[in-house]
Amino acid sequence: MKIHKYDTVIVGAGGAGMRAAIESTKRSRTAVLTKLYPTRSHTGAAQGGMAAALANVEEDNWEWHTFDTIKGGDYLVDQDAAEILAKEAIDAVLDLEKMGLPFGRTPKGEIDQRRFGGHSRNHGEAPVRRACYSGDRTGHMILQTLYQNCVKEGVEFFNEFYVLDQLVVEEDGVKKSAGVVAYELATGEIHVFQAKSVIYASGGTGKFFKVTSNAHTLTGDGQAACYRRGLPLEDMEFFQFHPTGIWRMGILLTEGARGEGGILRNKDGERFMEKYAPVMKDLASRDVVSRSIYTEIREGRGCGPEGDHVYLDLTHLPPEQLDAKLPDITEFARTYLGIEPYTDPIPIQPTAHYAMGGIPTNVEGEVLSDNTTVVPGLYAAGEVACVSVHGANRLGTNSLLDINVFGRRAGIAAAEYCADHDFVELPEDPAQQVIDQVERLRNSTGTERVTELRKELQECMDANVMVFRTEQTIKTAVEKIGELRERYLNVSIQDKGKRFNTDLLEAIELGNLLDLAEVMAVSALARKESRGGHYREDFPNRDDVNFMRHTMAYREVGADGKESIRLDYKPVVQTRYQPMERKY
Amino acid sequence: MSTPTLDKHSAALDAAENTASHTIKVTFRIRRFNPEVSEEASWQDFELDIDPKERVLDALHKIKWDQDGTLTFRRSCAHGICGSDAMRINGKNRLACKTLIKDINPQKPITIEAIKGLTVLKDLVVDMEPFFQAYRDVMPFLITKGNEPTRERLQSPEDRERFDDTTKCILCAACTSSCPVFWNDGQYFGPAAIVNAHRFIFDSRDEGGEQRLEILNDKDGVWRCRTTFNCTDACPRGIEVTKAIQEVKRALITRRF
Ligand code: SF4
Ligand code: FES
Repeated sequence: MKIHKYDTVIVGAGGAGMRAAIESTKRSRTAVLTKLYPTRSHTGAAQGGMAAALANVEEDNWEWHTFDTIKGGDYLVDQDAAEILAKEAIDAVLDLEKMGLPFGRTPKGEIDQRRFGGHSRNHGEAPVRRACYSGDRTGHMILQTLYQNCVKEGVEFFNEFYVLDQLVVEEDGVKKSAGVVAYELATGEIHVFQAKSVIYASGGTGKFFKVTSNAHTLTGDGQAACYRRGLPLEDMEFFQFHPTGIWRMGILLTEGARGEGGILRNKDGERFMEKYAPVMKDLASRDVVSRSIYTEIREGRGCGPEGDHVYLDLTHLPPEQLDAKLPDITEFARTYLGIEPYTDPIPIQPTAHYAMGGIPTNVEGEVLSDNTTVVPGLYAAGEVACVSVHGANRLGTNSLLDINVFGRRAGIAAAEYCADHDFVELPEDPAQQVIDQVERLRNSTGTERVTELRKELQECMDANVMVFRTEQTIKTAVEKIGELRERYLNVSIQDKGKRFNTDLLEAIELGNLLDLAEVMAVSALARKESRGGHYREDFPNRDDVNFMRHTMAYREVGADGKESIRLDYKPVVQTRYQPMERKY
Repeated sequence: MSTPTLDKHSAALDAAENTASHTIKVTFRIRRFNPEVSEEASWQDFELDIDPKERVLDALHKIKWDQDGTLTFRRSCAHGICGSDAMRINGKNRLACKTLIKDINPQKPITIEAIKGLTVLKDLVVDMEPFFQAYRDVMPFLITKGNEPTRERLQSPEDRERFDDTTKCILCAACTSSCPVFWNDGQYFGPAAIVNAHRFIFDSRDEGGEQRLEILNDKDGVWRCRTTFNCTDACPRGIEVTKAIQEVKRALITRRF
């Protein structure tokens, strides 16, 4: 075991982590721990754009953007946070441009902008061109640009270091962060990082679903590390299903495809979104479009021999436009489906895409241990966090924005915290829990297999807590997850070695997914209303009287060692927008 | 405007939507190496019943998950954008997640080994550090002088287009590890680093071109390239790697870029 000491430790090197690192490295001695090489992070998969009311191509302003974000989130958004997001968006885009990001340009040479779902002029009048983009690989360019600037700033990375535990100590009744414990993949060695501040920026949890746009590595590691140490998770029932994933594979096809004029069609060739969202049509918000697709499928208008998908039709767009604006996604269709998007429609279905919930933070990125108390020295930003700027449903292009705005804020806040605070003393045997966990898995002779449990989990989640949920389906999921968690105790792995033991890694990841899946299902069961990405067929309406509040889930351990989940609620911050019915 | 209906389908779309499961038997011959077990590398065969429309990465997962948990490789996104899983498949560098089994003659055993020229650490995992070091050495970031403008720097669509191709790089190392010059001399910067230098040298906003060109003028720089085109063939992003290297060479001669 090795012990390291840094002012700031950042967990994760996607957009949020690297944006934070660029700030914190200038101000404090910083280490970035990442389970992947930084350029492998899933920010690179984001395609369509980053929202900011630059008004380069038509009238726009940050207030409209704030409103769209709040409405898009079905009013569960904390409005003070949304306002910061929309206001700081403009500088966030300009900062990236100055760092070198090759945005698409207008004929005048300014940053070009395109339409995107849910973004409108003047509070819903018509779609507005607000998304700044770089072809259909905006996320790739953001990830590359941030990494390039980390190289420039000399950011110190620990690549393929997997953080397994968050060290929390109580001093005078206050929970404080003392550092993290990490597992070095190359050697199997365990490292303790003592740090004045820790920033989680480790991304989402999409791998508990089967059909997902998420990478294999998105297993909620940061959320799980905090949750196991008694910190709450907020709004975990809200998960976004992106309308256009490649059928069965889940690979993302950007909403930018519809922004460029792409149309969703059912088996009769009908442009069905006209029925569900007369104004915004195919560019209604994602939750609305995903539900519409499944309604078509359920009512027998789905495509293909099993009627289980619909089409994204780009065939009426000029090939030059597809080549210039959507080169990557058209290539995906060719590579993975063998079809030609110039002439064939693309089979798609909704794909599990984004966790709106996560580790609760305030607008400075400080993590909360309850509705109001800050955990000194602990920060989170990006998909792992819940600020909450996305509420019940995130708007497209707001996540690339979120990582930049709140990554930067967390980086600055964490580094400034280091300047006038001391290290918190490490607990005794800080690595013990991790050592036990790793040894137990390595030595287990149990009969359960990681593959099998993961498959059952993913199938259960797709069947029961996806786009449509009912009390009964959620209960089925809760029960099944409970069973899988039991069986997980009896899991064993084949690779007993120390070197690059990805067998072990996958077992640990599965443990995280199981814990988080349970939190999601239990939170969903209690929310007896429909809002944004959480749709209850048994409670199809939004219920502002009882549920205009964030869910806060805590892990509790009884005297008998039995675990349970305690739910609490936190008020939504409302400033200037009164909840209205959501129509597109 | 076309309105696709079920009876106007192309054969390709019909094939794509066909759900009838159709598996074939395929042998995967994988180069194994684990110094914890043996200092020697060796080939191991795995048989799979698999749908040829699946990716090589799916096959590797099936082997790891159902047959041998010790099989080790890197991967993340599974659709060709993160650059984790470049490997030598049937003797050619490819991304496992972007290669469909049907496209690489599954009637014969499919060979899979680590990319060449970088030290193998375990099975298909190589030491990427020298590769990233070469990348960092070309100063892969925008260098500007003078005061920053308050708004964005202007750049015409034509100037933006000039370096578009090389912005697509995902740092997968397929090019560099297919280059015979790099195999013989690991000191050579390699195509990927030059591609990333190109991305900045030809960016109208950048003012560090001279510095970068000096770095590439070095004895381990662009002049080592012998234009074998292996890199261009290997690049999963379709970047014209050799062309980019040629453009950098030309810029070194003419000092115009
Ligand atoms: S140029 Fe192509 S092959 Fe080379 S590292 Fe970049 S993406 Fe990979
Ligand atoms: S797994 Fe990301 S490129 Fe293949």
